[in-house]
Amino acid sequence: MATVELKGLVKTFGKTEVLHGIDLAVEDGEFIVFVGPSGCGKSTTLRLLAGLDEVSSGEILIGGNVVNNLEPKERNIAMVFQNYAIYPHMSVRKNIGFGLRTSKMSKADKEKRIDEVAELLGMTDLLDRKPGQLSGGQRQRVAIGRAMVRDPLVFLFDEPLSNLDAQLRTQMRLEIKKLHQDVGTTIVFVTHDQVEAMTLADRIVIMKDGHIQQVGTPAEVYQKPVNMFVAQFIGAPSMNMLPGKKSSAGIVLNAGPTISESLNSDASGIMVGIRPNDLTPALDNEAALFEGRVKIIEPLGPETLVYVELGQHEVLATVPGRTPPKIGDTIRLKAPQEEIHFFNADTGAAIL
Amino acid sequence: MSNIEYKASAATLDTAKPYNYNKRMEPAKVIRWTILFLGGVVMIMPIVFMMSTSFKWPHEIYNLKIIPDDPTIENYTYVLEDGRFYKWFVNSLIIATITTISAVIFDSLVGYTLCKFRFRGRMIVFVAILSTLMIPTEMLVIPWYLMAKDFGWLNSYWGIMFPGVMTAFGTFLMKQFFESVPDDFLEAARIDGLNEFQIWWTVAMPLVTPAISALAIFVFLGNWTAFIWPLIVTNDPELYTLPVGLTTFSVEQSVEWELIMTGAALATIPTLIVFLVFQRYIIRGVVMTGLKG
Repeated sequence: MATVELKGLVKTFGKTEVLHGIDLAVEDGEFIVFVGPSGCGKSTTLRLLAGLDEVSSGEILIGGNVVNNLEPKERNIAMVFQNYAIYPHMSVRKNIGFGLRTSKMSKADKEKRIDEVAELLGMTDLLDRKPGQLSGGQRQRVAIGRAMVRDPLVFLFDEPLSNLDAQLRTQMRLEIKKLHQDVGTTIVFVTHDQVEAMTLADRIVIMKDGHIQQVGTPAEVYQKPVNMFVAQFIGAPSMNMLPGKKSSAGIVLNAGPTISESLNSDASGIMVGIRPNDLTPALDNEAALFEGRVKIIEPLGPETLVYVELGQHEVLATVPGRTPPKIGDTIRLKAPQEEIHFFNADTGAAIL
Repeated sequence: MSNIEYKASAATLDTAKPYNYNKRMEPAKVIRWTILFLGGVVMIMPIVFMMSTSFKWPHEIYNLKIIPDDPTIENYTYVLEDGRFYKWFVNSLIIATITTISAVIFDSLVGYTLCKFRFRGRMIVFVAILSTLMIPTEMLVIPWYLMAKDFGWLNSYWGIMFPGVMTAFGTFLMKQFFESVPDDFLEAARIDGLNEFQIWWTVAMPLVTPAISALAIFVFLGNWTAFIWPLIVTNDPELYTLPVGLTTFSVEQSVEWELIMTGAALATIPTLIVFLVFQRYIIRGVVMTGLKG
């Protein structure tokens, strides 16, 4: 186990700067997840951490030691790749033991270690099989086994669940979480899937265009997004954004209603964010925030997503699955005041 | 019959097709099979005549009968009892084996380097290697000879082998195959602590086995049947390769075709063995490279 620190990390490819000074401190044993859209620099950061690409400027520290000039093998890290990177010509045993090839352990100790890891991953019966005879989930487990066998300081995961189907992804997500609880090693995990990030992370690092947007616990980034990008990226379905402006009575939305809120901001334009989960039908005796016509419904089983037309605007709301409205119905929607987010329309920054 | 009726009957025929088990072979298929059969005959006939001639007496060789009137194994006895044949066979085997191993190793190393490493001048090196494919061997023979002479390599194994220890074609072939090896595999091995040479040998090479097999076969066959260069670079009968040695059965007065064909028949044995052993890989390799074996 070890801490990981990134200090002013910059990466350029030719004349293009793709990481613009990343600062981050990962605590010992922490499960940290980098999340962001394609091209945001999350995988590049991981590759720099692994030593697979050279740092243009800045420092990487693992366990307090600067590792910029160390080869990948000298950093004592292990990495699990998106396409597993397990060797098709080797058995599961050889694949798992591959990381021990350069180890000075005795052959018996190596075999013992492979058996231990295989048992931990429930792969003891599959040790003599070739990867071609394994399912996607089993292959991913072999890749994790190969990473575990060396007992590294830090595990790096580069979108390891992307190639799995939805059901298997959920299962493997759980297994990775259990694994972290069992071994306690520091994990840096990269994904573009915010659900993976939310479910796995101790802290999430949200990236965009080579910049860190926010670092925080899943609850923090969900409940207190620092800007519109984070607010819309985290949470599924994405947060509704409605334009409005400040007035003496509160925030007047272009879509009609006024939200009585005195914001400490000089921003001329305000964006009001409400998560679909927080926008629910109002009872007859309750005050409604919006009233609009149902345009589209998407039943999900326990709940139904409802697209509601508000004049020129549209919001997504959640209604109970058993009593969904019909298309064309008029629906009244409410949202708790504390779950309404405000952003500066010009800068995108949250107004707290 | 009107158009409408015609279309209707055609549709009925189409629907009936899967149930017509005893249908006659389509003309296109007959033509295709006939061409393939004739092609096969053209390919096999030289081999049949080679085998046939090797069992004939000298007076029978211009008789084009496939089965000799009076078959004999005398030619085989003569060739096998003649110590020179073994010498030529061993020479060919040594030269073809060493050049094959060497070409596989060096072509793979260079192909791997050009494929998986980014360095200044990489494309220039690759194009330079590739451009040598456009120079015919006949043009190179004189410079090779002068070089071999200056280095004192005439009449030596090395003199026969040196032009073939690395091939531009093999480098190109291996580079293309290494493109299919995901970089993640190599990076995973790098993180696991292997050095670049170990990664090439342990990870990359086993993943391109079909290409290695195909290359090995082509290089082996090329060197096993090489004639012009071994003929030029050596005049010592002790160093003759099989193709060069077999020409000694052709003297000023006559050509002993039955002995040449017997030697040639025996010379095909190693290539047959190589084919039988690597058949699976060759077929996969040829399919993957688009080469014609």
